[in-house]
Amino acid sequence: MKKMFFALLSLAVVTQGFAQSEKFTKAMTTNIAQFDSAKTADDMLAVSAAFERIGDAEKNQWLPYYYASLAQVIYSFMKNDMPNNDALAGKAEQLLTKAEGMKPNNSEISCIKSMIATLRMLVNPQQRWQQYGAVIQQELENAKKQDPTNPRPYYLQGQNLRNTPEQFGGGCNSAKPMLEEAVKKFEAFKPASSIDPSWGKLQAEKVLEGCK
Amino acid sequence: MLHLLPLLVLLLSFLAGSAQTVVSGKVKDGKGRPIQGASITLKDTYDGATSDSLGAYRFRTTEKGEQTLLATSIGYKLQEQKITLAGATMHLDVVLKQEPNELTAVTITAGSFEASDAKRTTVLNSIDIVSTASANADVTGAIKTLPGAQQVGESEGLFVRGGTAQETKVFIDGTLVNNFFYSSVPDIAQRGRFSPFIFKGTVFSAGGYSALYGQALSSALILESVDLPDRSSASVGISTVALNAGFQKLSKKKNASWGVNYGYVNLAAYFAAVKQRPDNFKIPEFHNGEVNFRVKTSKTGMLKFYGYFNYNNLGLRRPDIDSTDLKNAFKLTNFNVYGNLSWKEKLGKKWHLYLGASYSTNTDKIGNELQDQANDPVVLNVEPYNTKSFDVKANGNLATIKTVLERRLYGLSAIRFGGEYMYFTDKNTFDNLYVSNAISKTDDHFKAAFAEADIYITNDLAAKLGGRFEHSSLLEKTNMVPRVSLAYKVGNKAQASLAYGIFYQKPEKDYYLRGYAFNDLLYTKATHYIANYQKVSRDYTLRIEGFYKKYEHLIKTYGNNNNGVIDSIGNAGFGDAKGIELFWRDRKTLKNVDYWISYSYLDTKRDYLNYPYAIKPNFAATHTANLVIKKFVTKLKTQFNGSYTFATGRPYYNIRYNNSAGKFQIADQGKTIAYNNLSFSVNYLPAIGNAKAKKFVVWVFSINNVLGNDQVFGYNYSYNGLRKDPILPTARRFFFFGCFLSFGVDRTDDVINSNL
Repeated sequence: MKKMFFALLSLAVVTQGFAQSEKFTKAMTTNIAQFDSAKTADDMLAVSAAFERIGDAEKNQWLPYYYASLAQVIYSFMKNDMPNNDALAGKAEQLLTKAEGMKPNNSEISCIKSMIATLRMLVNPQQRWQQYGAVIQQELENAKKQDPTNPRPYYLQGQNLRNTPEQFGGGCNSAKPMLEEAVKKFEAFKPASSIDPSWGKLQAEKVLEGCK
Repeated sequence: MLHLLPLLVLLLSFLAGSAQTVVSGKVKDGKGRPIQGASITLKDTYDGATSDSLGAYRFRTTEKGEQTLLATSIGYKLQEQKITLAGATMHLDVVLKQEPNELTAVTITAGSFEASDAKRTTVLNSIDIVSTASANADVTGAIKTLPGAQQVGESEGLFVRGGTAQETKVFIDGTLVNNFFYSSVPDIAQRGRFSPFIFKGTVFSAGGYSALYGQALSSALILESVDLPDRSSASVGISTVALNAGFQKLSKKKNASWGVNYGYVNLAAYFAAVKQRPDNFKIPEFHNGEVNFRVKTSKTGMLKFYGYFNYNNLGLRRPDIDSTDLKNAFKLTNFNVYGNLSWKEKLGKKWHLYLGASYSTNTDKIGNELQDQANDPVVLNVEPYNTKSFDVKANGNLATIKTVLERRLYGLSAIRFGGEYMYFTDKNTFDNLYVSNAISKTDDHFKAAFAEADIYITNDLAAKLGGRFEHSSLLEKTNMVPRVSLAYKVGNKAQASLAYGIFYQKPEKDYYLRGYAFNDLLYTKATHYIANYQKVSRDYTLRIEGFYKKYEHLIKTYGNNNNGVIDSIGNAGFGDAKGIELFWRDRKTLKNVDYWISYSYLDTKRDYLNYPYAIKPNFAATHTANLVIKKFVTKLKTQFNGSYTFATGRPYYNIRYNNSAGKFQIADQGKTIAYNNLSFSVNYLPAIGNAKAKKFVVWVFSINNVLGNDQVFGYNYSYNGLRKDPILPTARRFFFFGCFLSFGVDRTDDVINSNL
């Protein structure tokens, strides 16, 4: 009887666990769909907040915070309110630090770090270029090293080059090989799970298209 | 029964699922304005919402019973609220409190211009200083394009709001700097000694500055030195006037650095190419050495040392004003050493400690000689020629130590207090026809204690209250002064401020070194009243400031022995200054163009030194205006900088002692022509934007007074008062051409080394 009790109890716990994990995956999937379809800055901010809620409730999942930070960064770019970038980047950093605590030395996290540095640089490019330019570069290099199959650092680097004036060594000509590399890597890339990062393919193709 | 348990759990959760609660409401700030983008969360659940543009939020939840609702938004404090969910519709409005935020909070701005890159709301930053066309990379040159500063070309220093150059003091990392400028040469303004690149922040206070500083009647220029460099680098510079080389090494852990720099200036080639008005018989030659180290003593602590050494030599000859065939030859040798050690650390959660110490020693050897046409010395035992030849050796030392403790109070409020001790010693050795080796000395143990509180009544209303207590052993006098400023935010980006303060300054050391008679000297005194309106956004800065300054106890000089030779001094001088100043900076209207306009109106009169009554002093122009433009052309990787300065003429006087009247009188007076200066500079940066570039090159070309406008800084009068000669710049234009290279020491070196 005792055995039976424990067996049933463990079954209950497992079921509960499954239900929990199912609930998590379902919520993540819904939110990722919303992230992919967000059209306005406000939508993106709402997506970020929703991911943060999941992260806060779960406490030991890195992905919600990762996405919350990513959405916060993209929200900041969409918002295009450069003087406030420091505050917005601060929020993104805070979320990313939580993700990193659970998943150190991660290629995807390094990508976001470089995006956050870009946000900070844009507050005053003339003055901050030297400081944050180095960080952007370094984090993308880290991302490539941490996971050579990850196409996102190549996409981000290509996009950065695309947005840099030709006189400064940027422009389509230098961006193209990087973007082509990114697209190639996107073709081969398999996310670890349905909710692991897989964004960027369409964007990379679009930027590359613009360069043709 | 037991096998029913999972079923029961399932059933319960179904039941819970069917009983949803809809929570909705509005998120507002303290003033009842809706907050968009605030996040509302039911603690430890996935449920929540983000507020829309009207501040409205709405979400569904299956949770029941007592729960915690969290609400937050960037710039606001997290708000926690208990709610009981009962399966019905709930309405709940949330009020968020503003987080004290340095970026959005009101700042106390009356009187001061802050230039640093740490803060977004700065008026000028350090790169602006270097790229101001008329400044020639001199810190004070750029400050002179700001409202409040006068265009004085005949002597160095900042003349601010009707004050003399001595009324502006310069502080580096908190402590007073003696001899900030190169030693004076008659009728030629000297540059500041220190390169603008060693400073990361500049605060120029044209009045009403903080109680942490003192002994400056008019103005304080507060400079903060740079922290650790981004990477190791070597640099080389070559220009029409100088050569320099430097090295900065950043430790592998990026927690310490050291550097050395050496510069050699020689104007021989330049003077050969560009004719100078004076005859430079000893071509100016400067040796400058710098050493620094910076150590991160902990996560929050920083120890910095900056050491400076200078040795320079120059000699120039001009026609003597009291004759047609004699000349006056002036030569100067200067030796200067300056060291500054500072330490900043956070003590616990709320306390900050700042410790600073500096030492400087400066020796000027000045020789003045009356010469004939063959440049041979002439000795004439008649007035005024008998006193024209002399030698002075002036030695001045200053040791200072300063401590400031800061405690953060609620929000952004803080209190600061501390003390400083300064030990001044000065010694002059004087020789002329009548005296030999006449030594005069003075020293002063100067102590000060101060306290200041920043009180944020709300994010929009702040006050700074301070007090300062000082004692000088030289004067044997104590003073205590209040300093008060208030700032109120009047709009999203605008604020209004008021400042009031009393400022004391001890009489200049020269009065003691010249052996004048006096009874009981007092501190000279100025009282400032300042009102300011400022609107700063990312692309525009607008500032309007009005001030009134009252001077008391200024030094008066007397010559009672009937020949007008000054022999005694007192504190009977007085004066006032009032004015309105305007500053407008616009980075947006014209593409890739950044420009600013400043205008100062100054109405001042004073009775000091030998002035017979209160008159407008010779260093004050009524109207001064500056236009500074910078345009970066991306295609050419070149920045073009232009500046135009205009100032109305300044008064000049020949004040002579009238024997029959027994007092000083104005024998002649006039007003100089207006000052006009168009300057232009080009910076070409071929490596900009290339993150992989190992060397960074900057080419600089600049011309001062492109149009060759006549500039007259005043007049010198002959002994008999019958002849007056204009004081002119040493050449009509100034040209500069140079190339500066810096080599970032690449990390690949480290990689290679660590693999060997």
